[in-house]
Amino acid sequence: MAEISRLVGSSRPVGSSRARDGLRTYGLIAGMWIRSTMAYRTSFVITVFGNLLLTGLDFVAILLMFSQVDSLGGWTLPEVAFLYGLSATAFGFADLVLGSMDVLGGRIRDGSFDTLLVRPAPVLAQVGADRFALRRLGRITQGVLVLGWALVAVDVEWTVPKVLLVPVVLVSGAVIFGALFVAGAAFQFVAQDAAEVQNAFTYGGNTLLHYPPTVFGKDLVRGATFVLPLAFVNWVPAAYVLERPYPTALPEWAAFAPPLVAVGCCALAGLAWRAGLRSYRSTGS
Amino acid sequence: MGSGRLYLAVAAGGFRRYATYRAATAAGVFTNTVFGLILVYTYLALWDERPHLGGYDQAQAVTYVWLGQALYSTLAIQGGGVERDLMARIGTGGIAVDLYRPADLQLWWLASDLGRALFQMLGRGVIPFVFGALFFPMALPGDVTTWGAFLVALLLAMVVSFGIRYLVALSVFWLMDGTGVSQALMVTGVFCSGMTLPLNAFPGALGDVVQALPWAAQLQMPADVLMGETDPLGAYAFQAVWAVVLLAAGRLVQSAATRRVVVQGG
Repeated sequence: MAEISRLVGSSRPVGSSRARDGLRTYGLIAGMWIRSTMAYRTSFVITVFGNLLLTGLDFVAILLMFSQVDSLGGWTLPEVAFLYGLSATAFGFADLVLGSMDVLGGRIRDGSFDTLLVRPAPVLAQVGADRFALRRLGRITQGVLVLGWALVAVDVEWTVPKVLLVPVVLVSGAVIFGALFVAGAAFQFVAQDAAEVQNAFTYGGNTLLHYPPTVFGKDLVRGATFVLPLAFVNWVPAAYVLERPYPTALPEWAAFAPPLVAVGCCALAGLAWRAGLRSYRSTGS
Repeated sequence: MGSGRLYLAVAAGGFRRYATYRAATAAGVFTNTVFGLILVYTYLALWDERPHLGGYDQAQAVTYVWLGQALYSTLAIQGGGVERDLMARIGTGGIAVDLYRPADLQLWWLASDLGRALFQMLGRGVIPFVFGALFFPMALPGDVTTWGAFLVALLLAMVVSFGIRYLVALSVFWLMDGTGVSQALMVTGVFCSGMTLPLNAFPGALGDVVQALPWAAQLQMPADVLMGETDPLGAYAFQAVWAVVLLAAGRLVQSAATRRVVVQGG
């Protein structure tokens, strides 16, 4: 609790130091949650393992399918694993950093959100770090394992741009999913009980990206490219790496657009968050 | 009040409790529909590659997907039914009050869970299923008898589902914390119920094993009865045996727990 009182004691930041202050706040609160988790070490190890197993089931489903077929939508197992690894790892990082934001709905309902507003620290950082769950390393671990195997197993002539693209795509993908979590949290200001809707886009989006775009209807793929730009998490860059046609008609350089898309998503999510925060009315009881 | 009427009232309470959260129900309907859409395309691609996989044609695979989404919360396949409340009651010691009530603990929670399941089926299950039937070719029976047979299988599935989750919840008497077992319930529920892939499409010996486990009674059996893939009486027998075994085990564990475990309190 010493951290909290230190936070309360800090003065309100101005200008560019606000971002740094947000990160510091996030770090302090997340650190507090990690220490509290580490009080029960065995329980922590078991829940990380459980998280790995639970999230790994998505890949087990793919393995089960490939035990019956040699290709899905024209893509081989290593290629689908490449898609899966990119999406699951990127989503895993976003989930670790911001995945606890769905407790926001509960905080709005019981009025404890007011407490966050009176603290002199960025609200987004406080909400993002709330109930920080280190067990989510399980999801990242299985994503990285699948990606590692896929990188070795895919039949690709690696060039410098292709090699450089992989880490760039992972970071951009995590940011795109992170923006989605923030937008989902902003939605909770208006949705209240209907918070589950955001799962359709976050978890649903992640599931969608586990499979090749050739599997889905054209309209769904277009929607996932131009409306909710999930395709830039893996479909488009993976198509470039694997030298496959892009899921929709896009120029060649689109594979290198994920960082731009990520920045755009962040801007929109930031606007949504501000609008949501402004519309907040306390429970009043 | 006759004891039958008591449990009916408990079931009605369970139904009403879940019916209160309308926005949450609408959100659940939306989410289940989106997941159904994603899953249905992957199944279509799979059955394109391997027609008649697991003895299903494409329309049957599509029906299976939407039935899975419809029954997802009805059968609390990932958990999230009354077992969560029961775990909390055990954890806080509130269970001591429940044990003093002139009602049977297991029947009380079963009635409450059936009420919940009935609401989830009507409130959350029907719309995604109808959506699926409107936009994708499904293999639905045209006669009332098969639908009736399906409803019986569904009721038995609800009891088996409760039987599994009741045992899981009772373990908290010894473990004090339900996080780990809830996680185990999620993993086994999703995998062994056939939420990822119909159990009859599982490869080789793994397929034989999962089809003999109690989770097969949850989604696979009602689906096969609905699509005429199995003899209803055989399915009922399988479900009933697991229901009796699980409920009897629940009763044994319950009596051991209430005799030997010190109730939490403070």
